[in-house]
Amino acid sequence: MNRFNQYMRENQGSLFIPFITAGDPSENATVDIALMMQKMGASALELGIPFSDPAADGPVIQKASLRALKQGMTLKKAMFLAKKMREKGLKIPIIIFTYYNVLLQLGEERFMELAHECDVDGLLVPDLPFEESGDLRSLCTKENIPLIQLVAPTTSDKRLKQIVDQAQGFIYCVSSLGVTGVRQTFHPDVYPFLKRVRELSPIPIAVGFGVSSSKHVEALQDHCDGVIVGSAIVREIEKHIDELDELKDDQKRKEALGDMYHTLQKQLFNKDKAVI
Amino acid sequence: MIEQETTKQPIKKGRYGSFGGRYVPETLMFACEELEKAYEDASKDQAFLSEYHSLLKEYSGRPTPVTYLKRVTEQVGGAKIYLKREDLNHTGAHKINNAIGQALLAVRMGKNKVIAETGAGQHGVAVATVAAYFGLSCKVFMGALDVERQALNVFRMRLLGAEVIPVESGNKTLKDATNEAFRYWAANVEDTFYIVGSVVGPHPYPMMVRDFQRVIGDESKEQFIEKTGKLPDAVVACVGGGSNAMGMFYPFLEDDVALFGAEAAGKGIDTEEHAATLTKGTEGVLHGARTYLIQDENGQIIEPYSISAGLDYPGIGPEHAHLSKSGRVTYRAITDKQAMEALGLLCKKEGILPALESAHAFALAIEQAKTMDPSQTLLVCLSGRGDKDVHTVMQYLEKEGAIHESI
Repeated sequence: MNRFNQYMRENQGSLFIPFITAGDPSENATVDIALMMQKMGASALELGIPFSDPAADGPVIQKASLRALKQGMTLKKAMFLAKKMREKGLKIPIIIFTYYNVLLQLGEERFMELAHECDVDGLLVPDLPFEESGDLRSLCTKENIPLIQLVAPTTSDKRLKQIVDQAQGFIYCVSSLGVTGVRQTFHPDVYPFLKRVRELSPIPIAVGFGVSSSKHVEALQDHCDGVIVGSAIVREIEKHIDELDELKDDQKRKEALGDMYHTLQKQLFNKDKAVI
Repeated sequence: MIEQETTKQPIKKGRYGSFGGRYVPETLMFACEELEKAYEDASKDQAFLSEYHSLLKEYSGRPTPVTYLKRVTEQVGGAKIYLKREDLNHTGAHKINNAIGQALLAVRMGKNKVIAETGAGQHGVAVATVAAYFGLSCKVFMGALDVERQALNVFRMRLLGAEVIPVESGNKTLKDATNEAFRYWAANVEDTFYIVGSVVGPHPYPMMVRDFQRVIGDESKEQFIEKTGKLPDAVVACVGGGSNAMGMFYPFLEDDVALFGAEAAGKGIDTEEHAATLTKGTEGVLHGARTYLIQDENGQIIEPYSISAGLDYPGIGPEHAHLSKSGRVTYRAITDKQAMEALGLLCKKEGILPALESAHAFALAIEQAKTMDPSQTLLVCLSGRGDKDVHTVMQYLEKEGAIHESI
């Protein structure tokens, strides 16, 4: 069994998959934050590639994307950043989250080569629905790099079955309509929707979009195998940009990371002070 | 002659050759499928079609005439030049044809809220207009920079009862307004209809918008035969996203008529300030479709430039991408300067002030007509009137120091 499936299986029921944008606010900070996520118990890392036109993302991740683009981040650089994370001790699976145009310009074959070279485990393309992803899915299967599929409360039963039948790694269940971002409530149909997915899916199902508090996590935990958290984490990063800046001294950076760690532990898992 | 495929309905998933498709987040798949189904039903329903055509006639004033340009033809000295007068539509441009069609479909689907993206504000005004007519609530997304630059159209939309939402994300222009409209649609698909303004976006939009604009080409054929006894030898239209051009070209695709599209070369295709997507762009995926884009090697979209706000879009309708690759349509890039000169000529010789977008088509038409024989004919789609551009033209001429000689 590959590392991805092994992590998914071992943590089934309590998957925690954080999303961060590569290069936000800098390459070194991204490595530090990834390692911090591993300490928080992350079961995999979604590494977001910045795009000029992130149509599936809300304002928090849009801003992160702009910050990362200003740093000159690209898909290729992000993959070498993943390699650096490995060198610094990151063990959990890394999923590259990229809009399709960015992947297309690098080239799908080239992506696979780099994924092997940089020890990347999976791929998620938010604007590539099932109907358009046939070729890439075959390539991913051949290369043993799972292509994570998304499903939404509005996904019809017929499509849900098709998608789930071909899915690998885990199923990404979108909690609500709209874009990524912190929100108070989920789609009213979220629980029946998760039930539908769970009945059909042989692999773990995780819920994302708007999961930002321990209340959310608790409300969802009996209905899925885990959560994906993006904007809530990126917002914490945004709050600490100045301290995370690599030009500042090490002590301040450590303090900022510690502060983020405690805030997120409390916010997402209702856990008080733990040692980092 | 081109392959059959070019002129038929998209064969699969809205493909035009290798272009088009439906590259949208899963949250929008349901909405796209629902729209596809609703449009398929509507397009076969005679009652729907006759209501659409009757509104074109009684609300927008169609058919728009074809005008022969006697004095321009004499000066240019080549093919006889004719204009299809989309500028004479209600609200002053071809945009209303599509807005009427999609608003009718929204009503048919029981959706009483419509949204739209707009760059210069022409599509926004057309949508605000039909929303008022049908009693629909209307939100128009517009880049914050464009809101500043196009104060008059912003006020016009508000006067028509629409809410104009300035978009602060990205570069604050048309592509960002489009992203924001997609985001809003994804969150509100259950009661909201997105009226896309051009032959862009995920399937079925490029097909549907083309169908709602093909009245331009259909009327032209009939009128031209009536006037001259035959079809024109060449047809010219401008392309930003490409809706007036697609509507004009589509009925001519299987005829022996040369087709030309004018895209914006801005300050020149050798500068970085242009919107020449087909001349300079590369293949990619944006706003739901595979097409040519102005982008960097890493797949980041580059903000295009043209003096004409309706042409500075970094992509192009996927059917145009296909027609360009297959060679059926020839696309050429026209600079700001060429467009301005053409605009001046049309004003002085014929008393017609074209929109800056349409001036690009007219400039290409002049170039083309020169190479043709006086026995031949050329039809230009004058997509809109230029009243909205008077301020821009004035600024341009002042800057060029040409204002005095021009007046």
